[in-house]
Amino acid sequence: MSLKLKLGAALAAAALALSMSACGSGAGSTNLQALKIGIKFDQPGLGLKDGDKYSGFDVDVATYIAGKLGTTADKITWIQAPSAQRETLIESGQVDLVVATYSITDARKEKVSFAGPYFIAGQSLLIRADDSSITGVDSLSGKKLCSVTGSTSAQKIKDKVPGVNLQEFGGYSDCVTALNAKTIDALTTDDTILAGFAAQPANAGKLKLVGGTFSTENYGVGLKKGNTDLCTKVTEAIKTMISDGSWQKAVDANLGPAGFKPGAGNPPTPAACS
Amino acid sequence: MGAIFAKYDIFGAFLVTIELAVLSAIGALLIGTVVAILRMSPVPVLQLVGTSYVNLVRNTPLTVLMVSSILGVSFILGLSWSDNAKTNAFIWAVIVLSVYHAAFVCEALRSGVNTIPAGQAEAARSIGLTFQQSLTEVILPQAFRGAIAPLGSTLIALIKNTTVVAVIGVSDAANLMAVIIENETGGVLVFGIFALGFVILTLPVGVWFTSLSRRLAVKR
Repeated sequence: MSLKLKLGAALAAAALALSMSACGSGAGSTNLQALKIGIKFDQPGLGLKDGDKYSGFDVDVATYIAGKLGTTADKITWIQAPSAQRETLIESGQVDLVVATYSITDARKEKVSFAGPYFIAGQSLLIRADDSSITGVDSLSGKKLCSVTGSTSAQKIKDKVPGVNLQEFGGYSDCVTALNAKTIDALTTDDTILAGFAAQPANAGKLKLVGGTFSTENYGVGLKKGNTDLCTKVTEAIKTMISDGSWQKAVDANLGPAGFKPGAGNPPTPAACS
Repeated sequence: MGAIFAKYDIFGAFLVTIELAVLSAIGALLIGTVVAILRMSPVPVLQLVGTSYVNLVRNTPLTVLMVSSILGVSFILGLSWSDNAKTNAFIWAVIVLSVYHAAFVCEALRSGVNTIPAGQAEAARSIGLTFQQSLTEVILPQAFRGAIAPLGSTLIALIKNTTVVAVIGVSDAANLMAVIIENETGGVLVFGIFALGFVILTLPVGVWFTSLSRRLAVKR
């Protein structure tokens, strides 16, 4: 046997081993042992990535649901799901579930299925703690508001307060910076997101929510359209989470530090899957 | 597709994009010419000012410049153009786009100057023209004609870079796209409409500047 032949045989064996190991790692994604879950990475109190740790209400809900589906926390792969990409991530199968302040709307239902709601949020106002001139949506004339470019909240406030002086930024944290610098008077978006920012240690005692809620956003768990089997399991998990007290615990731990209490209708009753 | 056009003012949003592009292009051309003159001037201090401007502005991300215009200068230093947030954001957007692209205009003009043989400047000086005269009568007219092609590339980049203004809330095409994706969900169709809009804006610019650069090239 020549050296050339030996080398060739060794290479072939190595290639075979490589291709077999590649097969092995791909097979795991078909069952529910490993889950890919889409969350926000940049929203304190809801979905926040800090180093290699993930925290927030959405993360807790997702972990609980995954547990009921038979997936332990270390088998979850967290994937960033920015608002504009949520449908695409689900449709292309890059994530199994999306738990990312995902409001259930008719337009979205045409592309994905929802389990839930697991939380009922509503648009509210975040102001500086020492500001007593704003009490609600009726006392906003002449005030400078801030929200995120293109968001539902930015569109709704224009309808609610005609001629509103609205500054839009790419992210909520820019608005919080401006609010602390006293150059805007109020930040408006879902009360959950506001509570998450108010609960941040850096903002402790400086910011407060006022005015109750003036819209209804039903947060659901997004999953592939027509997967009724998975939807039913997730719905059951949400119901159990609410009834065994884990839901309340998650709300208190993540959004509670700023004195936030969930608005009317919470905890919600998840709708049946269709 | 018809429903999206009926529900949202896509043409209005692109009109804002065009306004931004036209105003910023004029601003960038003015500032860029001044900076190019500084860099070519015989005074070392002025050269240093020009070089520092180009290196500082060109190497800072546009998004950072854009956000710091409002969050930094307007909000913290209190330099505001208007009490109305929308007007303030629009004016800042034009200024930042002008300042940013002026660095690229300056470099395009310098490349135009480099196409001029050194003998031209020497000849201008030998017949007794001052620096200012040789600049305005001999160098710059040829530099602009030699720099048409890179100036066209800068204009195309500027048109596409206007999308960054959505981060400070100017109601341009990128802002409307964010609204549509939020309400109607994202998809190839929405992206396609806006991508097509930008192709319609930039393609003629490219064709026009290529033909201009051929027609106006200084024959040597």
